Amino acid sequence: MSAVREKILERPETPDFACLRADFPILNQQVHGKPLVYLDNAATTQKPAEVIEAERRYYLEYNSNTHRGVHTLADRATEAYEGAREKVRGFINAAHINEIVFVRGTTEAINLVAHCFGRAFLREGDEIIVSEMEHHSNIVPWQLACEQHGAVLKVVPIDDAGEFEFENYDRLFTPRTRLVAVTHVSNALGTITPARRIVERAHAAGVPVLLDGAQAVAHGRVDVQYLDCDFYAFSGHKIYAPTGIGVLYGKSEWLERLPPYQGGGQMIRTVSFEKTEYAPSPQKYEAGTAHIAGAIGLGVALDYVSRTGLDAIASHEAGLLDYATQRAREIGGLRVIGTAKEKAGILSFVLDGVHPHDIATILDHHGVAVRAGHHCAMPVMQRYEVPATARASFALYNNRADADALVEAIRAAKEMFKR
Amino acid sequence: MSDLRDLYQEVIFDHYKHPRNFHRIEGADRVAEGYNPLCGDTIKVFLKVENGIVADVGFEGCGCAISTASASLMTEAVKGRTVAEAERLFGEFHAMITDPKEPAHHDLGKLEVLCGVKEFPTRVKCATLAWHTLHNALEGKAEPVSTE
Repeated sequence: MSAVREKILERPETPDFACLRADFPILNQQVHGKPLVYLDNAATTQKPAEVIEAERRYYLEYNSNTHRGVHTLADRATEAYEGAREKVRGFINAAHINEIVFVRGTTEAINLVAHCFGRAFLREGDEIIVSEMEHHSNIVPWQLACEQHGAVLKVVPIDDAGEFEFENYDRLFTPRTRLVAVTHVSNALGTITPARRIVERAHAAGVPVLLDGAQAVAHGRVDVQYLDCDFYAFSGHKIYAPTGIGVLYGKSEWLERLPPYQGGGQMIRTVSFEKTEYAPSPQKYEAGTAHIAGAIGLGVALDYVSRTGLDAIASHEAGLLDYATQRAREIGGLRVIGTAKEKAGILSFVLDGVHPHDIATILDHHGVAVRAGHHCAMPVMQRYEVPATARASFALYNNRADADALVEAIRAAKEMFKR
Repeated sequence: MSDLRDLYQEVIFDHYKHPRNFHRIEGADRVAEGYNPLCGDTIKVFLKVENGIVADVGFEGCGCAISTASASLMTEAVKGRTVAEAERLFGEFHAMITDPKEPAHHDLGKLEVLCGVKEFPTRVKCATLAWHTLHNALEGKAEPVSTE
């Protein structure tokens, strides 16, 4: 293993990534008199200039409501909005464009499925499986659905490293299991779950699977047909796109069968007071005026990521995470929380005698932006018996110098608390 | 620009590493729990009030340097004071770290080491958690801690 690690450490960073940093204007600033080192990418990523420009151009040149408009601007807006949908389809390799629903973000995507699936299929005594490392947004919607329909939530435990315990997952299935909802990458630990195997196991029992891809899409190739998942949810803002736009992928067979989410304009075929007929997917799930500028921005962001290459990004970030982890571990009293074999972009840690909130304040004064807290994954904190962790998370524009600045700032925090 | 040293003063470190009155009070007649959902800090404040005077006070919990030191300093500040005085201290302390119009000079004794928090708006909740919890305990009906 050390041979592999050394090989990664020795590999020089490709010059491409050094250049890419200039595409993100916000990174070129000082915080508390120090160059900004942005390592809070799991919360939200920064946006390349071309994404910001695409949103701006939409409002400057062709802002209009989509669909049904006969005039030129409406036509342009519709084309750009539907063009973004096609880009999303291609990006995650969905089979059909009608399998791509625009939503506000991962949270809304999961709520949509929990609400609609629950209404159609959940009965008293039915069971939903989630894992112990879910973000609250992949727990609470299911609790709400369970409460409403009398169903029960079952939880797959994780081990000390933060790995998904597959054997325990296997044992949770009963004839009453109706759906599995698990994360693709844990936001608090960085663990990459064995998503394809998870889906395979569920399908063997005839159970559909939703994957929470919020922390996955920006860090590695996602192919929903390869994964064979029934639903896949992600947010635009964690993949260099604006906030307020996200995606729910659902297999056609499910999106055709589920009832609508919200009622309103856009989602209908005909309306009368006697009977309303719904539009087919995806319009059925997109009531009201969409975040058109956001969708267009998302399309441009996905182009940017595709152009850079997801395999190259994954390899760049893996090298960086490995380097940062190794350097952080040299700090006495530092404990990495989440040591799964397969990880993506996240270094969660605690430091003896220094609370994560104090770490974050001190790091901020060194220009280093990290997050401290429970990361909306309180069950994970309970699992590791820590009140909170500090979390550094990487993106394609980060480099070794960022990791060095992080480590130096942690050392400074430790030094400050030593007295 | 705010300076880290204004926030993390020696007294803060001392009270963080060696919190005073860091224990439950046997026979406490008032107890309240505080929780900061943003950072996961928890605190439990125990009070024994006799003839309107805070005869004894203690706390338990888990928090950052600012919240722990603030809780520790608070227990020292209110012990032996009347309930009304303790509430008045809370008001003045709160003003010191949140009110921009508040003058730099106070009459809060040791509590003044926390005035640097004013320059760190994200940490105000850390410094006030213990006080809010104390306030709830003072307001709350007598609850024997043994039933918990």
